[in-house]
Amino acid sequence: MSRNAKFRVWRGDAAGGELHDYTVEVNEGEVVLDIIHRLQATQAGDLAVRWNCKAGKCGSCSAEINGRPRLLCMTRMSTFTDDEVITVTPMRSFPVIRDLVTDVSFNYQKARQIPAFAPPPDLAPGEYRMQQVDVERSQEFRKCIECFLCQNVCHVVRDHEENKTAFSGPRFFIRAAELDMHPLDARTDRREFAQAEQGIGMCNITKCCTEVCPEHIKITDNAIIPMKERVVDRKYDPLVWLGNKLFRRGND
Amino acid sequence: MTGVSAPGRARLGVRTLREDRWWLAPLATFVGLFLFVVYATFRAFQGAYYYFEPYLSPFYSPCLTTDCVPGSSDFGQPISWWPLSPALVILIFPLGFRLTCYYYRKAYYRSFWFSPPACAVAEPHRSYTGETRFPLILQNIHRYFWYFAMIFGVILSYDAILGFRNPQGQWGHMGLGTVILLINAALIWLYALSCHSCRHIMGGKLKHFSRHPRRYWMWQQISKLNGRHMLLAWVSLIWLVVADFYITLLAHGTISDLRFF
Ligand code: SF4
Ligand code: SF4
Ligand code: FES
Ligand code: FES
Repeated sequence: MSRNAKFRVWRGDAAGGELHDYTVEVNEGEVVLDIIHRLQATQAGDLAVRWNCKAGKCGSCSAEINGRPRLLCMTRMSTFTDDEVITVTPMRSFPVIRDLVTDVSFNYQKARQIPAFAPPPDLAPGEYRMQQVDVERSQEFRKCIECFLCQNVCHVVRDHEENKTAFSGPRFFIRAAELDMHPLDARTDRREFAQAEQGIGMCNITKCCTEVCPEHIKITDNAIIPMKERVVDRKYDPLVWLGNKLFRRGND
Repeated sequence: MTGVSAPGRARLGVRTLREDRWWLAPLATFVGLFLFVVYATFRAFQGAYYYFEPYLSPFYSPCLTTDCVPGSSDFGQPISWWPLSPALVILIFPLGFRLTCYYYRKAYYRSFWFSPPACAVAEPHRSYTGETRFPLILQNIHRYFWYFAMIFGVILSYDAILGFRNPQGQWGHMGLGTVILLINAALIWLYALSCHSCRHIMGGKLKHFSRHPRRYWMWQQISKLNGRHMLLAWVSLIWLVVADFYITLLAHGTISDLRFF
């Protein structure tokens, strides 16, 4: 069954742009990315869009649909009513290159700042042994496909460009939590790093990152809040600090 | 504006393109919390109609000042210099606990401070520093309020047990008020045990669950509760009002307690 749908797509670049109206054919079972491709093939041959897998696994096709951060390839046309006008715009927190394609290098800079996994000094590669219960929590975070929708929706940088230097964003808080919870990571300063270098204190746990994550990672509950609590252990809790001094804990 | 219309970003000219009713959730939260604050403020300052044998309103428990009505002070009246309502002496503990709660923070940052009002809806503020400076950096003391919340859990449970007396102080009786206070104590426990700081303290802080099987088990149970923290925050809040209002009506003589035996 096919029908015609009304689309508004943002066309332009850093110098400016506007929403263009299109009427385009939609078939049963299609997703928004299919329609964008049909536009390219029929009416707008130079429309720029980034995509790779069309299966929600590469994280390339992030954009905003009716104002909400979504993957173009995972948004089914059947979720809209027949007469709804569907507005597709590029992600709003990153510089636009052209049309739906943005420059996401902010995220790669933040990724590079995080100290890598530190191998335990007393074990040679190949001798690592870990219990499933100890790595389970981190495995949730490994599902991340780096679509950066969470980075895009986060109001700390979306609404305040100037915070980009001090704030790493939710995707990198889950990386911080993953390493701090890693049973074999030898670094002991991950919490200080999260607070001083990544700016985890700027997050006000309003959970938009969790709302948009296409992998349904509980970013706020399972990574950011636990990480904030770990920072409290180090920085703001004299009882824990004293306990660690007296009983030489810290290797739990 | 420095945010969504910062140089280099796609120019859209509006703060959001969302057309769904994104304002509904923050509005409902605002109304709910506002009504609670109005009711609780009035009742806390009123300093009357909080005790009806054998029930003590949770807003006034424990009742510690010499102004407390006879019978309402289970733990004595050590405070004689307090000129205002006895509820205000202890208010800081439950208030501080809920104000620094991770869920309520989300709720009021969104609905009262519009930071942000909803996801992908630009906030109105010119600058933003989150929880990095005074006063919001104080949110980090949440776990201390949680320790006190444990004490309040015990006290409110004790109050509920005292409800198994009749108005003459004899044991082995029960009324509708007893049930209301029992539910209140249970909800306070569930709310406090589902707390994110509790989840951290019970086991979340560990690096090796495998070395602490008991704490791992506790962390798993708390995690289940924690998934419902928002629900428990609301239900326990509403039930506080139910319990207090019931006791007020009894104390006013508007209704009489439904006695079971
Ligand atoms: S919870 Fe924190 S990191 Fe996630 S979107 Fe909100 S402010 Fe950003
Ligand atoms: S955490 Fe989720 S939203 Fe963020 S980059 Fe990874 S998959 Fe995308
Ligand atoms: S194209 Fe790969 S996630 Fe959409
Ligand atoms: S997080 Fe809500 S009570 Fe602790």
